[in-house]
Amino acid sequence: MALLQISEPGMSPAPHQRRLAVGIDLGTTNSLVATVRNGVASVLPDQQGRPLLPSIVRYLPDGHAEVGYASQARQSDDPRNTIVSVKRYMGRGLRDVAHVETAPYDFVDAPGMLQLRTCAGVKSPVEVSAEILKVLRTRAELSLGGDLVGAVITVPAYFDDAQRQATKDAARLAGLNVLRLLNEPTAAAIAYGLENAAEGTYAVYDLGGGTFDISILKLSKGVFEVVATAGDAALGGDDFDQRVFCWVVEEAKLAPLGARDMRKLLVKSREAKEYLTYHGEAPVSTRLSSGEWVDLSITTEKFCEITQNLVQKTLGPTRKALRDAGLTVDDIKGVVMVGGATRMPQIQRAVGEFFRRDPLNNLDPDKVVALGAAMQADVLAGNKPAGEDWLLLDVIPLSLGIETMGGLVERIVPRNSTIPVARAQEFTTFKDGQSAMSFHVVQGERELVSDCRSLAKFELRGIPPMAAGAARIRVTFQVDADGLLSVSAQEKTTGAEASVTVKPSYGLEDADIERMLRDSYEHARDDMHARALAENRVDGERLLDATRTALAADGELISPHERGEIERAMAALRAVIGGADHRAIKHASDALNRATEEFAARRMDANVRRALAGRNIANLNV
Amino acid sequence: MQNHFELFDLAPGYALDSAALEAAYRGIQARVHPDRFAHASDAERRASMQWTTRVNEAYRTLKSPVQRARYLLELNGVDVAFETNTSMPTEFLVQQMELREALERAGDAKDAAALDALRGELRAERLVMERALAEAIDARRDYAGAAGLVRKLMFLEKLDADIDLAYEALEA
Repeated sequence: MALLQISEPGMSPAPHQRRLAVGIDLGTTNSLVATVRNGVASVLPDQQGRPLLPSIVRYLPDGHAEVGYASQARQSDDPRNTIVSVKRYMGRGLRDVAHVETAPYDFVDAPGMLQLRTCAGVKSPVEVSAEILKVLRTRAELSLGGDLVGAVITVPAYFDDAQRQATKDAARLAGLNVLRLLNEPTAAAIAYGLENAAEGTYAVYDLGGGTFDISILKLSKGVFEVVATAGDAALGGDDFDQRVFCWVVEEAKLAPLGARDMRKLLVKSREAKEYLTYHGEAPVSTRLSSGEWVDLSITTEKFCEITQNLVQKTLGPTRKALRDAGLTVDDIKGVVMVGGATRMPQIQRAVGEFFRRDPLNNLDPDKVVALGAAMQADVLAGNKPAGEDWLLLDVIPLSLGIETMGGLVERIVPRNSTIPVARAQEFTTFKDGQSAMSFHVVQGERELVSDCRSLAKFELRGIPPMAAGAARIRVTFQVDADGLLSVSAQEKTTGAEASVTVKPSYGLEDADIERMLRDSYEHARDDMHARALAENRVDGERLLDATRTALAADGELISPHERGEIERAMAALRAVIGGADHRAIKHASDALNRATEEFAARRMDANVRRALAGRNIANLNV
Repeated sequence: MQNHFELFDLAPGYALDSAALEAAYRGIQARVHPDRFAHASDAERRASMQWTTRVNEAYRTLKSPVQRARYLLELNGVDVAFETNTSMPTEFLVQQMELREALERAGDAKDAAALDALRGELRAERLVMERALAEAIDARRDYAGAAGLVRKLMFLEKLDADIDLAYEALEA
C-alpha cells in the first residue's frame, strides 16, 4: 500500500522520498535505462553488470518472450521468431519499410502498421517494443528498490507522429508512466551541455542503428533551445551492414538465401563493419546451411566505397538543418557525436570535413542519450529544486498540414516550430446545403498529399444547411510537448458547435491497447484489478501531493470558499485512496482535478505576472 | 486578453529590442512550460500547455519581421490582405519575375554559387524593406503604406523559401 503523506503541506519530499524516475533510450540496436542518484546520472546495468540491452526479442512457443543477449545468441537459429531492429517498423506500413526482402520475418500487412507472425502469435511492433521496455522497467525497479513514478523515453528527433504515438503506446503497454517523449539529439545535448558547461551554438550528429538525426541547438545557462532539426528516419548503422551483406552475396555469387543463412550473414556483416573501425581489413567467414563456405575478406577501402553514398546521405539533412536555422558551419561551436554508428572512421572524417572542425567524442556515444534522458526525467519528476533545473525548448521536425483540392497540402504547422504549438485554419463548404466535410491530416514537406505521410482522416458532420462557401469551419492543430498532434474541427457561423478530436492513428485503437494489456496480464497471471488499483493510487497520491504544494505556494489566489471546495475534494480522495475500490479512487481524483481547474488557471496567470515583475526588478538594478 | 506586446511587457512598435523580447519569453517559459508541470495535476498541465502555446505563438509573431509588421497593422485595424489584395506595382512585379527566372536558371544549372548570390541579393532587399517598414509604422504611422510593404516582403519570403527548395533539389 502506498504510504500516506505525513510531511507538512508545501514541504518538498525528504531525500528518501525522492520520486524514482528513469530515462530510457529505446534504440534500434541496443536499449538502456539510466537514472540520477545523488545528483549523478548513471546507466543501470543488468545483474551481470552489462549496461546495454540488445533490442532483440525472441518469442517462444509457450507465448513468453526472451529479450537481450539470450535472444541475440539465438537469432540465427530462430530468425523468424527473433525480432531485431523492431524500431524500424514502429508506426510503419509494409510498403514504407526498406529491405523487407532480406528481413527474415513473416510480415503481416495491417492498416497503418505492419505486424509480424511468430510462434507466439501475430505481434505488433508496439508489443515487441513493450517487451524491451518491460525488461528495462523491471531492471530499474529492482535496482532502485521501488515503483517508478515515470520515465522519459527517447525517440529520434525525425520520428513522425505515428512513430511517436507507437512509442508512447509501447511504454503504456509496458506499464510505464511516460513523463515525456524526448528527442534523442536533445537528450544528448543535455548530457553534453551539463557535463561541459557548454555555451553557444552546437550541432548534434546522431547516427544510430536505424535512424539519423541532426539537431542545431543554442545552449546558454539554464536553457537548451533547439533551433532546427532534420534527419532521415530510415538511415542508420543497419544500412551499412546491409551494404556489406549485399557485397558478400555478390562477391561469393550466392544463390537466394533462406531466413537462417540471411540472418547469419547479416550478423557476420555487422561484425565485419565493427572490426573495420579499428582494423584495415575484416574477415567474413561462415558456413551456410547448404554446407557451402563463405570465406571472404573486406578492406577498409572497399567498405568506404560501398557505403560512401550512405555517408553523403547524412549531409543533405545537415545542410537543411543549418539553412533552417539561418546559420552556416562557421556559426557552429562544436559537433557532438552520438550513436554507435558514429564510431565508423569514414563518418568521423566526413563530419569533420563538413564542419571544418574535429567532432566532439568525449562522451560514450552509446550512453549519452540515456544519460540525458535520465537528467530530464529527474527534472520532470520534480526532484530538482528551482534554480537548479533548466528550460528545454524543442521543435516539431516535420510540417503538418491538411489535404485540399487537387491532392495538394495546405501547410498548417511549419517544421521547426517550437512546441507546444497550436495553429488554426478556416475552411468552407463547396456545395449548397453540404452537411459534412472530410479532412485528411498529413505530415511532411512535399506539396502533394501522396508524397506525405497520412496521419488521420476524419469527418465533421452536422454542419447546418447553408449556401456553398458560407460555412466557416475552423480546424485546429495542437502539438503537445511530446510532439504529438491532436486535431479538432468546428463550425463557427451558426454557433452550432460540432467538433471532433482525432488522435492520429496507425490502426491501433485504444481498444487494441486495452486488449493487449489484458492479454499480457493474463499471461503473467497478474491481476488486472490489482494493477488498476496500484496505478490509481499512485495517480491519486501524486494529485494530492501536487494540490497540497499548490495550495501552500499560491493559496492566496483563491477565496476561502474555493479553498473549502478543494479541501473537501482532497478529503474525499484521501478517504478512499487506502480502500480497494479502484473506480472510487479514479472518481475522487477526477473530482479533485475538476475542483482545481480555476485555481490552476489563476496560478498560471500569476506565474506570468511574476516572470515579468522579476524582470522589471532586475532591470531596475542595472 | 493581453496583446503580444503587453504579454512580454514591451512597447508596441516595429523597432524591437530583440534581447528584451528573448529575455521576457524565456522568463515566462521558465514558469509556465509543461516541463515544470509534468508531475502536476491534469488541470495544471492543461493550463500550462495553453499558456506555453500562447507564449510560443506570441514570440514567433514578434520575432519575425514580416509577422510582427502584420500583427502591428492588425492591432491598428489594417488588414494586410496578402491573399486577396494582389495588385502590386508593375516595377516590383517585373523585378520579381526577373528574380524568379534567375532562380529557375540557377536551379536548372545546379549552380550553388548562383543560388548563394541570389540569396544574398534577396536578403539585402529585405533589409531595405524592413527599414522602410520601421519608418512607415513607427515614425509616420502610415499603416496603409506599410501594408503594401508587408505584401512585398511576403513575396520575398516566399521566394526565399523557394530558394531553400532549389538548394534541396541540388543536394538530392
